[in-house]
Amino acid sequence: MNTPLDEPTTRVRIEVNGQPVLRDVACRKHLSDFLRDDCGLKGSHLGCEHGVCGACTVRLDGRIVRGCLVLAAQASGHRVETVESATPGLRLKALQDAFVEYNALQCGYCTPGMLMAALDLVERRPDADREQVRMWISGNYCRCTGYHAIVDAVCAVLDLQRVGAFAAEPLPQVNP
Amino acid sequence: MNHPTEVPTRRDLGTELPAVTEDQRHIGVAHPREGVRRLAQGRGQYVDDIELPRLAHVAFWRSPVAHMRIGAIDRAAAQALPGVIAVVTGAEIANLCKPWVATLAHLAGIKSAPQYPLAIERATWQGEPVVAVVAETRARAEDGVALLQVDWDELPAVLDTETALDADTPLIHPELGDNLCFERALDTGGVDEAAARADAVVFEETYHFGRHTGVTLEPRCQIADWNPGDRKLTVYHSCQAPHMMQDLYCRQFDLQEHQVRVICRDVGGSFGIKVHAYPDDFATVALSLMLGRPVKFVADRLESFVSDIHAREHRIHGRIVASKAGEILAFEIDDLTGVGPYSMFPRTSGIEGNQVVTLTGGPYKHRAYRARLQVVFQNKVPTCQYRGVGHPIACAVTEALVDGMAGRLGLDPIVFRQHNVIPDNAYPATGASGIKLEVLSHEACLREAQRLCDYDTLRAEQAALRQQGVHRGIGVAALIELTNPSAAFYGVGGARIASQDGATLRLEPSGVLTVLSGVGEQGQGAEAVFAQIAADAVGVALDRVRVITGDTDVTPYGGGTWASRGTGIGGEAVLLAGRVLRDNILAVAEAILKRDRTGLRLRRGVVIDEASGQALLDLAELGRIAYFRSDTLPASCTPELMVTRHYAQRDYPFIFTNGVQVSHVEVDVDTGFVKLLRHWAVEDCGRVINPMLVDEQMRGAIVQGIGGALFEECLYDEGGTLSNGNMADYLVPMAGEMPDIVIGHVQSPTRSSQLGAKGAGEAGTAGAPAAVMNAINDALAPFGVRVSSQPITPEKILRALGRI
Amino acid sequence: MKSQAFDYVRAESAQHALALLAQHGDDARVLAGGQTLLASLGMRLAQPSLLVDIGDLTDLAGISVDHGVLRIGALTRHVEIEESPLVALHAPLLAQAAPHIAHRAIRNRGTFGGALAYADPAAEWPACVLALGGTLVLLGAGGERRVAADDFFRGLFSTARRDDELLLACELPLLAAGERQRFSELARRQGDYAIAGLAARAVVQGSQLSQLRLAWLSLGDRPLRSRAAEQVLQGGPLSAQRIADAEAALRAELSPFADLTHSAAAKLQMAATLLRRAVANLTRDPA
Repeated sequence: MNTPLDEPTTRVRIEVNGQPVLRDVACRKHLSDFLRDDCGLKGSHLGCEHGVCGACTVRLDGRIVRGCLVLAAQASGHRVETVESATPGLRLKALQDAFVEYNALQCGYCTPGMLMAALDLVERRPDADREQVRMWISGNYCRCTGYHAIVDAVCAVLDLQRVGAFAAEPLPQVNP
Repeated sequence: MNHPTEVPTRRDLGTELPAVTEDQRHIGVAHPREGVRRLAQGRGQYVDDIELPRLAHVAFWRSPVAHMRIGAIDRAAAQALPGVIAVVTGAEIANLCKPWVATLAHLAGIKSAPQYPLAIERATWQGEPVVAVVAETRARAEDGVALLQVDWDELPAVLDTETALDADTPLIHPELGDNLCFERALDTGGVDEAAARADAVVFEETYHFGRHTGVTLEPRCQIADWNPGDRKLTVYHSCQAPHMMQDLYCRQFDLQEHQVRVICRDVGGSFGIKVHAYPDDFATVALSLMLGRPVKFVADRLESFVSDIHAREHRIHGRIVASKAGEILAFEIDDLTGVGPYSMFPRTSGIEGNQVVTLTGGPYKHRAYRARLQVVFQNKVPTCQYRGVGHPIACAVTEALVDGMAGRLGLDPIVFRQHNVIPDNAYPATGASGIKLEVLSHEACLREAQRLCDYDTLRAEQAALRQQGVHRGIGVAALIELTNPSAAFYGVGGARIASQDGATLRLEPSGVLTVLSGVGEQGQGAEAVFAQIAADAVGVALDRVRVITGDTDVTPYGGGTWASRGTGIGGEAVLLAGRVLRDNILAVAEAILKRDRTGLRLRRGVVIDEASGQALLDLAELGRIAYFRSDTLPASCTPELMVTRHYAQRDYPFIFTNGVQVSHVEVDVDTGFVKLLRHWAVEDCGRVINPMLVDEQMRGAIVQGIGGALFEECLYDEGGTLSNGNMADYLVPMAGEMPDIVIGHVQSPTRSSQLGAKGAGEAGTAGAPAAVMNAINDALAPFGVRVSSQPITPEKILRALGRI
Repeated sequence: MKSQAFDYVRAESAQHALALLAQHGDDARVLAGGQTLLASLGMRLAQPSLLVDIGDLTDLAGISVDHGVLRIGALTRHVEIEESPLVALHAPLLAQAAPHIAHRAIRNRGTFGGALAYADPAAEWPACVLALGGTLVLLGAGGERRVAADDFFRGLFSTARRDDELLLACELPLLAAGERQRFSELARRQGDYAIAGLAARAVVQGSQLSQLRLAWLSLGDRPLRSRAAEQVLQGGPLSAQRIADAEAALRAELSPFADLTHSAAAKLQMAATLLRRAVANLTRDPA
């Protein structure tokens, strides 16, 4: 949070979970550190900082990205959503409930990133089968669960969506 | 849970066994863990989430080479950088922190050299911390590290276990006389006689296991906060054994227990990696003592790979002797394993190899066994206990030898095992290596595994597909796994590691129950298990129970989480305390209701008349009176609504569990790639408290075992530097390559406790590498070739097949 | 690990970006998707003092069909190629390759031009562009120039792009009548760098291949064509003998490096397998 004075900084204005945030940040600071340090949102986690483990996955302009591979400076003027959204949509809430019901989280460290990836699938691949769910979450490392329960939980939410459980929040017409 | 369209999961196993409490409704049931809902909202409290006033951050200059003599350290540029608070060397830290030597008395002859938090004079592995830079941010601390000028001379490194003990190999610690950390020999007699029999058949093979590591997603981290005002040290630590760390900080820094508080809140995965005491842990505490402010250390992923303990680097020559009639007569192993330059503190690096000796051949009835173990020092990252410890190795070797022998005798692998496992009615029994086995269920698990995987159909399908050039394999593994350790594991050796544990149950005035336990939570579900036990033991609803763990100021003194002890030992303490609390509640009810307690029962938070079922007194009302209206109670009644009980398992050195796993694979013989089609596991961990949590421990542990079997290896180059220490090049299992995993349960409760629960956290890792390797070899059988080196890569399969 | 400190500026135009690159030389880096650059800065493998973010230059993004070529702008994200109906129609090879590139979150940021300019021999796009015979469009102080894919990839992480040039776009020929394209790779885990990969295209008539281009990834210091194998396969109708001869030619002309886990021999074996399977796939009768 305290940036020594002698390194280049830039002013950023980022919409985070629907709220505008205005800060001066070190140019080198990545989006995950910005969320954690400057916004106090500790839900995004760091697992590798080289873009492989997926723990830092958040949404930028509606698409999932690695927070550790986006500079806060790049995100200025754009919109970020994390799992800590104060008013989670029906799909995110259903995923959170399913994760608890199926014990699709143990230590919880991968969970925020995993949920963002799963939400992306539920919105963009409503017809995904079990195999496709596995492939979709293959960019998110989990050491605790072995993935089976996570796949169960996501499939359960896809089933709910198919029977209209989220009809109150129709999906925007996005590219698949 | 299994996929809804497949084998349905049993959500309630409680009814299979006699109840252990009155009105048992939660024990045995697959309740979800409501306590983790906050984690799904991103509202955890991991160490890196904690902010404190004047928090400083440390980064370490770590040795870039395997072995060096440390020369001059020029800190001027680093110290001058704005935001850098201190630059500290090993000699300065040594003024505050004693060195340690990681040996235990019961590992006869084990030796190691004194080790300091930061290396002084020499650094002996690539990654050993040498200089600490403390700054206002982690980024600035790293900038400081980059400005350090460290002079060093490279020294010869010991990197090959096969030559580590040769006369002309340099000694890592000359004062020790050689590079041998520990050795052990065991011979029951009878091995040579068995092999000399006229009807003897012998199968031999050499196995290699690649060194690998835990890769917890949350790296190791702590905040050390020394408050000079009250001379108290608080350490927020992502770790498995807070009391052990409290004890170590006291002894290394000359403090008393009441001056040291260790707090473990949310831990992002541990698996044994976080049960050891690392040099950078002690360095961080020393820095806080020096600076009088909190200091945070978070290992980044690159430094994790060269500082987290590694494990499981073994070369084993194995031999099995059987009669032509199909009776296993003897096992023999010669195990050479390479650790780091120091035995790891405080549990030693000798335990893993020691377990391989103790556990090889474990499920079987043979009487003759010979084993030799050599544990040698190397200039690589130190090694120590990692989920399953020696079991994955012992089981892989045993089960590969068993399959190899089955092949030689022309017997089906399951049939061969059924004839040779210790029968289910033969307990208590003693294994050939001397292990004491209370009650196991190998036969029942083999039957259930065969049924669960529809073994005959898999075999028929395999035969049909072979005709089309599709090569599938089925691999079976029987395993034993030690759990619920007594003090025989560490205490007898002089380690101040608690094998007992305690639980405090406190009824709050409003009738809710608080449970304090010395066992911790790292995601495995200990808190949920304790809540279920407490709810049934006392007689309240599950949602009225809250569990607190991981704080040495708050919980009873205990051992923490390791060796699959949490449910069996921690849970028993909860049960014992809960029963007493129930009694105490009824004693107060007796005084309040002015009627004999023999007709009273406590059910779901209400005191009722047992005969009529009539509700007499709500716990909230009882609590109000007990805590606030003692003026209304008779003089003979002082409510004791906070009860602590401790439990230690003392009947056996360990309470063993058992299981059987089956792996189904397809091998592409043109590319060497292996596809994991499915995996089954039947496990017996005694009384199951929550079937879903056991299922999920099994699944996670199995995938972790698969990692070591197929993907994970710490690859060292000839110079002794790690060449794949990042998440792109070190291959951990990801969802796309993992199979669905079906779990079945058998329950053989232990009589060493009233709860009857054994442990379940490690059995998955113990059996998976064995099952997968056996499956691959089964697939390759038509080619007359085998693989015996893990991780089993496409390279190794292509070589075995002669394609390259 | 945190990057070393650097300064950051958003280019307002391509000319602005070029001017900054000329001014700062080796001290500056172009920041497009950043999926490779930021990872390597985070490991302190490089220490530029300035990042020039070209992300706002929307002219450099987009997929269109112009004058009989498929033009993909350098700033087009991998995911846009993965989802593009134009790509599916005119260059299906790229649609087949896209799911192999890392994972979804990376593909949402990484750019086509970034991958081509970085020229990792294990990357998918360079091999695809080589297989299709694309043309790279570069912009420098002196204006635009075009370089054929066959001439663009010069060596390990080395291309024909000069340090003071920006990659603007890649132009690819449209799928021709009778043409089929096939991408395949072998990787230990979905999204990993391939151990061996093949981008193949050919015009297929019965069992005769023509205009065959085989471009390999992870088998050299740059994407490579196996021209000897191409020649053998096009020499006449396919037969078991011709395919065996092509495999032999392939093994003779490729000299892969071993990687951390796989020997050169293993890579050749995998390449030979990919070749056989690709040929079978290209010539399979459509269902």
